[in-house]
Amino acid sequence: MSETPVTITVDGQPVQVPAGSTVLDACTAAGVDTPTICYAPNLTPVNVCRVCVVELEGSRTLVPSCSRRAEAGMAVQTDSERVRHSRKMVLEFLGSAVELDQAPQLDPWMARYGADPGRYGPAPATMDEPLRVQDDLYIRDYDRCVLCYKCVEACGDDAQHTFAIAVAGRGFGARIRTEFDTALPESACVYCGNCVAVCPTNALQFKTEFDLRQAANWRPEEHSVTRTVCSYCGVGCNLELHVQDERIVKVTSPSDHEVTNGHLCIKGRFGWAYVHGGADSDQT
Amino acid sequence: MFGAGGGTCSYQEIHEADVILLWGSNAREAHPIFFHHVMKGLDNGARMYAVDPRRTSSSRFADAWLGLDVGTDIALANAVGRHIIANGWHNPAFIEHSTSGFAQYAAAVEPYTLDEAERITGVPASAIADMAEAYAKADKAQILWTLGITEHHNGVNNVLALCNLALLTGHVGRWGSGLVPLRGQNNVQGGGDMGALPNKLPGFADVVDPEARARFEAVYGRPVPAEPGLHLTLMFEAMARGELRAVYCIGENPADSEADVAHTRKVLGDLDLLIVQDIFLTRTAELADVVFPASVAWAESEGTVTSSERRVQRVRAAVPAPGEARHDIDILADVANAMGADWGRPTAHDLWEELRQLSPLHRGMTWDRLDAEGGLQWPCPSEDHPGSPFLHGWLWEPDLGGRGPSPFSVVHHAGPTEELTAEFPLRLTTGRALDSYNTGVQSDGFASPIRSGDALDVNPADAARLGITDGERVLVSSPRGSVEMAVRLQPDLPAGLTFTTFHFPDEVDLNLITNDTWDPLSGTAEFKAAAIRIDRIN
Amino acid sequence: MTDIHLGPDRATEAEAAAIDAVVGASLGPAVLTPSERLVVGGTTRRNERRHLLLPALHALQHTAGWISPGGLNHICDTLQVPPAEAYGVATFYDLFRVDDPGHDRDVLHVCVDPACRIAGAADVIAAARAEGRPVQESPCLGQCERPVACFVQGRGRPDHTPADGDPPLVPQAGDPTLRLLRRVGVVDPTSLEAYIGSGGYRALTRAFTLGTEGVIAELEASKLMGRGGAAFPTGTKWRAVANAPGSPKHIVVNADESEPGTFKDRILLENDPFALIEAVTIAGFATGAARGWIYLRGEYPLVAERLTGALAQARAAGFLGERIARSSFNFDIELRRGAGAYICGEETALFNSLEGFRGEPRQKPPFPVTNGLFDRPTVINNPETLANVLGILLDGAATYAAIGTEGSTGTKLFCLSGRVARPGLYEVPFGATLGDLVDLAGGVTGSGRLRAVLLGGAAGSFVGPEGLSVPLTFEGARAAGVSLGSGVVMVFDDSVDMADVVHRIADFFRHESCGQCVPCRVGTTRQHELLAAPDGPPAGLLEEIDRAMKDASICGLGHTAATAVRSALALGLIGGQP
Repeated sequence: MSETPVTITVDGQPVQVPAGSTVLDACTAAGVDTPTICYAPNLTPVNVCRVCVVELEGSRTLVPSCSRRAEAGMAVQTDSERVRHSRKMVLEFLGSAVELDQAPQLDPWMARYGADPGRYGPAPATMDEPLRVQDDLYIRDYDRCVLCYKCVEACGDDAQHTFAIAVAGRGFGARIRTEFDTALPESACVYCGNCVAVCPTNALQFKTEFDLRQAANWRPEEHSVTRTVCSYCGVGCNLELHVQDERIVKVTSPSDHEVTNGHLCIKGRFGWAYVHGGADSDQT
Repeated sequence: MFGAGGGTCSYQEIHEADVILLWGSNAREAHPIFFHHVMKGLDNGARMYAVDPRRTSSSRFADAWLGLDVGTDIALANAVGRHIIANGWHNPAFIEHSTSGFAQYAAAVEPYTLDEAERITGVPASAIADMAEAYAKADKAQILWTLGITEHHNGVNNVLALCNLALLTGHVGRWGSGLVPLRGQNNVQGGGDMGALPNKLPGFADVVDPEARARFEAVYGRPVPAEPGLHLTLMFEAMARGELRAVYCIGENPADSEADVAHTRKVLGDLDLLIVQDIFLTRTAELADVVFPASVAWAESEGTVTSSERRVQRVRAAVPAPGEARHDIDILADVANAMGADWGRPTAHDLWEELRQLSPLHRGMTWDRLDAEGGLQWPCPSEDHPGSPFLHGWLWEPDLGGRGPSPFSVVHHAGPTEELTAEFPLRLTTGRALDSYNTGVQSDGFASPIRSGDALDVNPADAARLGITDGERVLVSSPRGSVEMAVRLQPDLPAGLTFTTFHFPDEVDLNLITNDTWDPLSGTAEFKAAAIRIDRIN
Repeated sequence: MTDIHLGPDRATEAEAAAIDAVVGASLGPAVLTPSERLVVGGTTRRNERRHLLLPALHALQHTAGWISPGGLNHICDTLQVPPAEAYGVATFYDLFRVDDPGHDRDVLHVCVDPACRIAGAADVIAAARAEGRPVQESPCLGQCERPVACFVQGRGRPDHTPADGDPPLVPQAGDPTLRLLRRVGVVDPTSLEAYIGSGGYRALTRAFTLGTEGVIAELEASKLMGRGGAAFPTGTKWRAVANAPGSPKHIVVNADESEPGTFKDRILLENDPFALIEAVTIAGFATGAARGWIYLRGEYPLVAERLTGALAQARAAGFLGERIARSSFNFDIELRRGAGAYICGEETALFNSLEGFRGEPRQKPPFPVTNGLFDRPTVINNPETLANVLGILLDGAATYAAIGTEGSTGTKLFCLSGRVARPGLYEVPFGATLGDLVDLAGGVTGSGRLRAVLLGGAAGSFVGPEGLSVPLTFEGARAAGVSLGSGVVMVFDDSVDMADVVHRIADFFRHESCGQCVPCRVGTTRQHELLAAPDGPPAGLLEEIDRAMKDASICGLGHTAATAVRSALALGLIGGQP
């Protein structure tokens, strides 16, 4: 397993990373902040958002750092004019097509690259999707969907293997869908919530968060996060309990924990309501 | 068979397994995140055989589902063993070096030919042969099981029959191969580790061993009883005989969860004193003389739990306990102090330090390490020990790590105690649903969109014979009682078998009819096999 | 593997029968129930069958006229594909619809791309609609030499193209100097005997004599370059696959000819199908592959018919199957139809499509020579490329390399369409100029005054009259900053509304982007929108979009989606803000 480490050059600076690392890993090791949207440490890279592209010496096109393996002797530029331009355009494209006001992690990158989503005319095509509230556990607001594929990967063979959702349609019309847009409760969905956990733009939201946002009472800056272990079986899944006003408002799992890899089942994700007296109790 | 009780593998190892026998376990629903690891193994090319009376959602992932009759696991396992031996696929070097009693085992399984096994189990002989060959010839193979193996009158023998297969082939004590019982609750393993067994002290020290007792007595400062205590089933028998008159019940709801629950409720009601310590006023608590409201262990308290892969992990308080609810440790300490002891007010950390002092398995697990390393797997004998991903590597050491060889066990088929009769012609077995948990005390609290309630799954042919339709409410009776419930037609269920979950006792008081025959070796009741009758309600 | 959750809809008997026939003719269903106590299924059986999804969807669409929920459930149950995934695949393709058409008639697909557009596609559509026929506007149907191109998608009846009965438009037919087109219009394409009589299968014999190394060495010496557009040395590709670890290896023919303006593969395969089969067999032999696949675009029903017949005859005669031509070599070929998606001409998208997934391109590396179809080493070649292999083996590499130029050996097929007197397929040695070709096709019609030529297809670029002197070689095109692409030469006289043509090209890319990567999904959409800006398209912003698509898209579609538009701006074919 212990293959020789690989040395690559990031912005002129040599960086050594373990064999099997990606260019993104090397950039991170070099202290370079790389924007990512479709990348998640617990999912197989799909390299679709292209915001993490870097300029690789000898390559005609830019390469996605999230999926490209670091090879000895590679030289990459992370802040060249070409890189900055493509990153700006990706952010701008998404900003012009998708509602991003609940994806604040993108704001500093938008500013860094000077993205101006407003310059595509008065009425550029947008996602234009209705809000889907079909049960009490999570909502889908595809106006916020950047089609990063993360939910599909988490529902599919990166974790849950339920495949309740997939990308349907093509081109700008591509959307995340159940078959024939069947309502979630009638679909294959088993409500593990792993899709919600990986969504980068809040297109998928736990109902608790959605309701608190509707009531203008979602205050993530005040949340405490406590790590504990789920009580529903003997597997030992680690939970992160997000607490606001002494109530659990969201449950996640650390993506680097080798038992869960960040994924949970319906009981671990949503089964906490009894701690506060059950589903019918007052949420506020 | 091997000493300390625990799953021999880490979850990670199944990613690399070549063959998986999933035996009496619906892990897809009952242990969903463990099943994520199973699916990684399947995606990596592992073959899986699912042995289960029902074609469960887990079985749908299997290369082959072997639908045996309820309670015929030993016959199937023995036939697998016999077929392996008959074809010379066993591991003679391992057997010679690391085991004992092989000759007796080989003789004992001799009657279990493939044809005989097909006759007993209903599974085609060719499929048994195929599974035997795959398991024996695999480089890395694991057997996983859950309550489908243990909730029988001979659950321990069922386990031993599976362990025999691992000894026969050397599929234990190596990375990737092993025996994996999946625990149903987050601290079943930890409870046993901590000595919550009638015959064990913390760290699996034996109560009958004077040397072990002396170690504990030195720390506890008082004598430790030299006789094993009673397990749950024996307690209920003692209650019924009037010998056990006072019970302190912590975090358990036997008035709903025990088999033949009418009997359970009666003996609990007849006690001189019943103390219940729980987070809710459960049905058991309603019978109590004293109720101590407790905090939720995993969200309102500090402590540790131990998982199916022997991983000790911290639970932590995220929210304050409501009202007068208090930490279990505080309640227990106050009760002890009120009775004249001087326990003071120990913290979870204090108790952990005491355990480390007494249990070599846990000695290296400092509180700080548990925090920093996200859990450690026992045995972890010293602070520089990384913990143990798998157990029983000593089986492969030249000197067996100074231990004796691991014995084969001779076990024989003995079907369910309750045979099918003309009066009760159908078999009832029980299990969990994905979104629910045990008696529903906790899982009823959230609005699951996929919850369907407890319904009796019935093969359509049986239903047609009885003239009942999908969704019809019927009376389900066993020799112990009757319950009314809805029927759900289930084509994947073999004829003659019925199934239900047991999550909604307020709606379907299922344990009025389940079988309370229990395994004298484990104290576990035969939840998995009752004989029933279905009557239409006019 | 997955737990399949099917909704309540069930297939009709006809739908189920059609699906079962497709699956039954191959590997059968994924789950077997030998007894009430034994069910055989699992991950391997499911994965082995996933590639049957596209054929099964074709069968359902053909029978039901749409991908009905009940029919989809039957497919999913049979192949153990999750319905959401199957729906995602079905909605990727233009030839499948997931809403009830409300009628049971055939659907007329009419091409609206440039060659047909300027030949009156709108009128054809209007006329058909006036007759009450179901009409679907289609991207290029690969019949640009005979506009307006139509394709009839049958409902319970075979698909067909109304022009199938016409003789091939190969003005040079019968010319003895032709190499690739020599049998077209001369030798009966439905007869193996006729093929053999015209020299067929001598190249395979020669290959057996040369041995695998000898074949690859000949190819390398011939300097044959791929004709699909990327111009990669074929010998290098074959050698890489021959040397790659992993098995089984695959030969894939990329006959998903969809580049607007291109129809060469259609004419070649309609009229000389055995030549392709022989060449694929040689590729299999040379690289050690066990299986060949022909991925044919879905709108070529006559090619499908001819190839199906030819494969059957070849198999019956021992040219496919076990111990081919009494050698020890085993090889067989399967024909698969695409379902209307330009992107599936991209090689890795083609693999995904063939494997039963959405036709989304894969990030490279890894490359197909090591991680191709089913993640195994794969040769993927264009039919024209493969057609060259036969002549190379028969005449020797030296003879072949003497044709053409130093950097571009052999002959090349060009698809002449638009405003020329004799549109059709032409074969010329590399080195002819663009002007030579236009002259060969009888010169410019319409006003007679050349405005522009679209060279290389929608992914290529416009050249003005000054470009007629460009030599049509790989190196000549490169020097002129253009690309030969798939050999498209589409001619526009100065009476054509070029703004409309360019706008349509932008629409084409917006429609055909797979949607996977952001630069292409949004970039093609914004490009199309901006071309309609009231003050004319903002050239600066279009350039910025182009750069992002070129630099950051996953595949060639995004890399080239703005090339034609920007060349049109540069030539002044459309107005634009600076």
